[in-house]
Amino acid sequence: MTTRDRVFWAGNETIAEAALRAGCNFYAGYPITPSSEIAALLSLRLPQTGGVFLQMEDEIAAMGAVVGASLGGAKAMTATSGPGFSLKQENIGYAIMTETPCVIIDVQRGGPSTGTPTAPAQADIMQARWGTHGDHSMIALTPGYPLEVYRETVRAFHLAERFRTPVMLLIDEIIGHTTESFEIPRDNELDPIHPRSWYENQFKENSFRPFHDFYQGHHIHITGLSHTEQGFGTTVPETVQRGIEHLVNKIELKQSEIERNDSYLLDDADIAIITWGSPGRASKVAVDLARQEGIKAGLMRVITFWPFPTTTVRDLVDRVRAVIVPEMNMGMLRGEVERSAMRRDVRLHGVNCVGGAPIDPQQVLEKIREVHRGL
Amino acid sequence: MAFNYATWLRQDLMPHIWCPGCGIGIVLKSAIRAMESLGWNQDATGFVSGIGCTSRAPGYVNMNTLHTTHGRALTFATGLKMASPDKNVVVMAGDGDSAAIGGNHLIHSCRRNIDITMIIVNNEIYGMTGGQFSPTTPGGARAATAPYGNIDPGFDLCQLCIAAGATYVARGHVANGIFLERIIKGGMAHKGFAVIEVMSNCHTQFGRRNQHPDPAELVEHIASCAVTLTQWNKMAPEEKVGKYPIGVLHKVTDKPEYSEEYYKLQAHAQERVRAAARKIAEAEAMKPKPEAASGGGQLED
Repeated sequence: MTTRDRVFWAGNETIAEAALRAGCNFYAGYPITPSSEIAALLSLRLPQTGGVFLQMEDEIAAMGAVVGASLGGAKAMTATSGPGFSLKQENIGYAIMTETPCVIIDVQRGGPSTGTPTAPAQADIMQARWGTHGDHSMIALTPGYPLEVYRETVRAFHLAERFRTPVMLLIDEIIGHTTESFEIPRDNELDPIHPRSWYENQFKENSFRPFHDFYQGHHIHITGLSHTEQGFGTTVPETVQRGIEHLVNKIELKQSEIERNDSYLLDDADIAIITWGSPGRASKVAVDLARQEGIKAGLMRVITFWPFPTTTVRDLVDRVRAVIVPEMNMGMLRGEVERSAMRRDVRLHGVNCVGGAPIDPQQVLEKIREVHRGL
Repeated sequence: MAFNYATWLRQDLMPHIWCPGCGIGIVLKSAIRAMESLGWNQDATGFVSGIGCTSRAPGYVNMNTLHTTHGRALTFATGLKMASPDKNVVVMAGDGDSAAIGGNHLIHSCRRNIDITMIIVNNEIYGMTGGQFSPTTPGGARAATAPYGNIDPGFDLCQLCIAAGATYVARGHVANGIFLERIIKGGMAHKGFAVIEVMSNCHTQFGRRNQHPDPAELVEHIASCAVTLTQWNKMAPEEKVGKYPIGVLHKVTDKPEYSEEYYKLQAHAQERVRAAARKIAEAEAMKPKPEAASGGGQLED
């Protein structure tokens, strides 16, 4: 395709096409809504492009197959929703521990458990960070609309190989099923797309174990046990400590490189809206309406949720008089904002919709008015 | 001449973690001899396992080895095989690993008939975690979590795998390594999903609680319960209690292998894309040239 093709795609089909653009040649999944279109489209497209599509017997198997394929040299991904995301956590932990690059898409729906299929929610973001047991860091991208979904999907593959780790991309049902017209980005508008060998030469330090994949003549051993730099299981406390610190630091110390936010009218803002994902648009409308009423509101939308943009959020909170956090959960981003602010006197308010209906601009506007009256 | 295991083992990782007298080493050595006699290239083979005593085996083998999560070895092996279908994949797992937590993956791997060799070491107990009863612990046997005797009926893993669609199913035991090597080799040479169940001894966790605390005696007991398939087929049901048949129990060669089927599908999909492209090109060629078309009048844009 030419790089200026204009397309009319929903978030889910955007993910499938962007993954192929990024060189994805392996997908394993299990049927679940509202992520279904990703698997359906890749079952059509991957065989055409020389890749492998597998529908496995369960979500756990799909995640295992993705890690196995990645070790075999494939650029591998899976996609799921809600309960499937819970099931995948075990083997996501394995991918973290063994530093195996792969991409996991979660098209969020309401929970806990079966919840409200398949109404949108944004309540998996803490599970993305801490869902698997043990200490580790995590990269999670949270684009807000189809064009951004395209860019961030390509970036997810780049970051997975750059940092030798699973990368999550979370959208919600609204973005997954919102069809929009946009122009396919050019190569220079996207993160790099390279074969695995390129990353091996550039970023060897990101792998605690030997960097290699299978079948390259190195006879490597890969294990989910805490391991030595040679890749073999160990219980020596100093080595275990070094390994876990590596898993955390390789990402946390590069946070500023991974950070990506969208900001709107924040320079003179008294009230900052901080949000992520699909409520970004409702919030933007609310900011415009508030400005018409003379209220200085602005918007920060978090695109790299993990590692969290702590410093950026703290600086913003210090500049404004109040913060409102609209999100489709009971306060997961709000908690991170509070943690980042490190202050007890922050005026922090939530707009929390968990009923399965999208956040309405009016809800955000009313909260802005209410907060403004109290300033 | 004695077989030289030196090039096949990571000797710097010895001693291994298995208890003295454990049967897993016999299974591993049989598997190594089978690979050697097939002329398998160590670098072109992936050796995969899950979690448990048996699943520690890959760590000691000098090849591409993958020690995965509990029960999930076959899922990783499936991804690995499909990403590199020209490479051999061997999975080694215990009874709890493959038949309880990994039971779903086992039957679905059988159903797909993917070209993976699955060696199940069945010692009828969870050894590593301290002797809990497994899906193959015999009825009435004592276990750490069956102090009054086990009431869970056990699986016949070979019958399970045959029913689920595996195309090579064999059983042996650790008292006869030569025989094991032969049936493992048969499974490795087989194109399709091959299961080799090996009856093995865990005197530490199973024998100790069930009147077989001595490893050599337990191995002898396991061997004494084995009967050839020919004998088995002649036995009355009451004679079969406590016994098991050994040998190649099932082998079919006419069921399509999964990775080959997939790559056929891929070739078909790619041919369809090429055909569609040809059609478009032909249609383009058939279109009248712009100057010729404009001869008849004004073209609307």
